[in-house]
Amino acid sequence: MRIYVCVKHVPDSAATITIRGNNQIDESVTFLLNPYDEHAVEEGVRLKAQIGASEVVAVTLGKEAAINTLQSVLAMGADRGILIKTNDRPDSIFTARALKAAIEQDGKPDIIFTGKESIDSEGMQTMFRLAAALDMPVATNVVAFSIDREHAFVECEMEAGVRQLLEMPLPCVIGTGKGLNKPKYPTFIDIRKAKQKEIKQIVLASLKIEKPAASMEISELKLAVEQRQPKELKGQPQEIVKELIQVLRDEAKVL
Amino acid sequence: MEKVGILIEFKDDKIKKTNYGVITLARQQGCELYALVLNGNAAACKEQLQQYGIKKIIDIASKEGPLQWHPVKWARAVVAAMDHFGINTLCGLTSAQGKELLPRIAADLDAPLVMDCTDVVLNERAAKKSQFSGKTVATIKVNGNHFIFGIRPNAIEKQPDPCEAEVIPFQTTVDKEALVVKEIKLQTHTGIDLTEADIIISGGRGMQKPENFAILFECAQVIGAAVGASRAAVDAGWAPHSMQVGQTGATVSPKVYIACGISGSVQHFAGMKTAGLIVAVNTDPEANITKNCDYYIVADLFEIVPILSRQLKLVVGENQLT
Ligand SMILES: Cc1cc2nc3c(=O)[nH]c(=O)nc-3n(C[C@H](O)[C@H](O)[C@H](O)COP(=O)(O)OP(=O)(O)OC[C@H]3O[C@@H](n4cnc5c(N)ncnc54)[C@H](O)[C@@H]3O)c2cc1C
Ligand SMILES: Nc1ncnc2c1ncn2[C@@H]1O[C@H](COP(=O)(O)O)[C@@H](O)[C@H]1O
Repeated sequence: MRIYVCVKHVPDSAATITIRGNNQIDESVTFLLNPYDEHAVEEGVRLKAQIGASEVVAVTLGKEAAINTLQSVLAMGADRGILIKTNDRPDSIFTARALKAAIEQDGKPDIIFTGKESIDSEGMQTMFRLAAALDMPVATNVVAFSIDREHAFVECEMEAGVRQLLEMPLPCVIGTGKGLNKPKYPTFIDIRKAKQKEIKQIVLASLKIEKPAASMEISELKLAVEQRQPKELKGQPQEIVKELIQVLRDEAKVL
Repeated sequence: MEKVGILIEFKDDKIKKTNYGVITLARQQGCELYALVLNGNAAACKEQLQQYGIKKIIDIASKEGPLQWHPVKWARAVVAAMDHFGINTLCGLTSAQGKELLPRIAADLDAPLVMDCTDVVLNERAAKKSQFSGKTVATIKVNGNHFIFGIRPNAIEKQPDPCEAEVIPFQTTVDKEALVVKEIKLQTHTGIDLTEADIIISGGRGMQKPENFAILFECAQVIGAAVGASRAAVDAGWAPHSMQVGQTGATVSPKVYIACGISGSVQHFAGMKTAGLIVAVNTDPEANITKNCDYYIVADLFEIVPILSRQLKLVVGENQLT
C-alpha cells in the first residue's frame, strides 16, 4: 500500500510570536511538526506495521526549513519525504492543489493521512480540499481507524459524547484527531537512521499549478491584546464567594 | 441587498442558541437572510428564528422527506439550495457539525472559507480570526464567487429583532455516496456542550483525582454550566478528551470561564482567551493565570468550590421564587 502523510512545519505553540511588517510573523522562532500531524504520522506508520509491504511517504509544502520537520517525521518511522519548496505562504486552496500534484507525481495513493488542523493558520480545511481535488471521500477528527482490503472504517468525534461511525472505500483522506493514538518519541537510533532516508525536493513552480479563481489572504496580522486587569478577591472564603457571585450577577449577568 | 445563507444547527432536535449570534452578525450588516434547515424542523423553529429577524426559512428535504444526517449529502444539499436561491455567502458555526459541513461545502464550490471567525465584515469580504494558537488575530480577505464563514460559537452577542418568517420548501435530489454513515454513537454523557455553554467551570491538575471532578459537576448543575478540563487533567485520565479546553481541545467563548487548579499555560489560553470574564481559583498567587484573568482567588479550590455551590443554590432558589 502507498500511504501518504501530509505534514506542516509550524511555529512551536510555546514560542513567543512577534509580528513583522503588516501580516507576517518573525520566523526566527522554533518550528516543529504540527502537533495534530504527529497523529497522522503515527497512524501511517502503524498501518504499515500492521499490513506490511507498504511505504509511508511524508509530504510537506513550505520553506526550505521545513526539511527539519520531514527529518523528524522520518525519525518517527516514515520511509521517504517530499518537500514542495516555496518562499510564499500559499492559502489552503492552493496548498491542496500542490499536495495533490506532488502526490500524483510520486505515485498512486491508497490512503492519505493529515492532521485535523494546523496550529498556525487554524484553517481546518486542507484535507477536504485535497480530497475534493483527488475525488476521494474524506473524514476528519478521526479517533478510531481500521481498514480491510477495500474500505476504511472510522469513528469521528463530534460534539461532547457523540461519535459518527463512517465507512469509505479506499483510497480516501483521513484527518486525524487527538484521541486516535499516542505518538511514540523517536529513539537516538531512529533519529540516526532517519538521516539515511531520502528527501525529494520539488520547487513549487515546477508543478505548474494554475492560479485558482478563489483565494484567501492575510491582509493584517496583530498580536491578540490582553486587556484584562486582574483583580484579587480577598477575605474569608465565605466573603470571597459572595463577592464572586455579585460579579457573576452584576458584571457578567449570568445569574 | 446581499443574500446570506445561515446554516441552522440543532442539538437533539432543539435549535442551538449559538445560531442567534450568527444571525445577528449577518442581519446587522443589512443582508437578506435565508435560514437553511436540513433536518425537517423548519416549521418547528419558525417562532424562534423570526425573533431574530429571519424572514425566510428554507426547508431542505428530499423526495422521501427530511434528510438523515450525512455529512456529504448535507453539504451537497446546502450547495444545491444556495445555487437555487442565488445565495453566494454562507455563515455557520464553527461547531463539531460546522467543522464537518462548512469545509465540505467550500471544497465542493472551490470557494474560500474562514473558520472560527470572531468577526466578519460581509461587504468587505473580510473576517477576523485567531491564528498561531490564539496569539494573533488575523484579518483574512477572501476572493471568489462564493464566500463561506464559520463563526466561533458565542463570539457575537445575540440581539433579537422580531419579524414574521415564511417557510419555503426546497426539494433536492440525493445521490448515493461513497461515504456511508454506519452509526451515531452516544458515549458517556458529559452534560452541557462546552461550546454552547454561557458558563464553564474547568478543573486542572489541582483537582488531584478523577472523583474530585464531582464537585465541579455539582456546582455546574446549579447554574447550568458546562464542565471543562485542562490537558493535564485529561492526560492523567481524570476527564475524557471531549472535556479538554485548549489548543488541542475545544475552543470556547463562554460569558464566564472559571478555572480551578489550572495554571494558565499558553496552550490552555488558546482555547478560552476570548471568554467574557475569566475567574481563576489557584493556591499559587504567581500562577500565570492570575496575570491574565479578570478576577482571581488565591485559595484552595476544595474549599472555595463547595461554598460556591452552596451559595449559588441559595441565589438560584431566590431567583425562582421571585
Ligand atoms: C502541543 C501542545 C498542546 C497542548 N494542548 C493543550 C490543551 O489543549 N489544553 C491544555 O489545557 N493544555 C495543553 N497543553 C499542555 C499545557 O502546556 C500545560 O501542560 C497544561 O495546560 C497544564 O495543565 P494544568 O494547568 O491543569 O496543570 P499545572 O500547570 O500543573 O497547574 C496546576 C495548577 O493548579 C494549582 N493548584 C494545585 N492544587 C490546587 C488546589 N488545591 N486549589 C487551587 N489550585 C491548586 C497549582 O498552583 C497550579 O497552578 C499542550 C501542550 C503542548 C505541548
Ligand atoms: N503546507 C502544508 N503542507 C503539508 N500539509 C499541510 C499543509 N498545510 C496543511 N496541511 C495538512 O492539512 C491539515 C489541516 O490544515 P489546515 O487546513 O491548515 O488546518 C494539517 O494538519 C496538515 O496535515
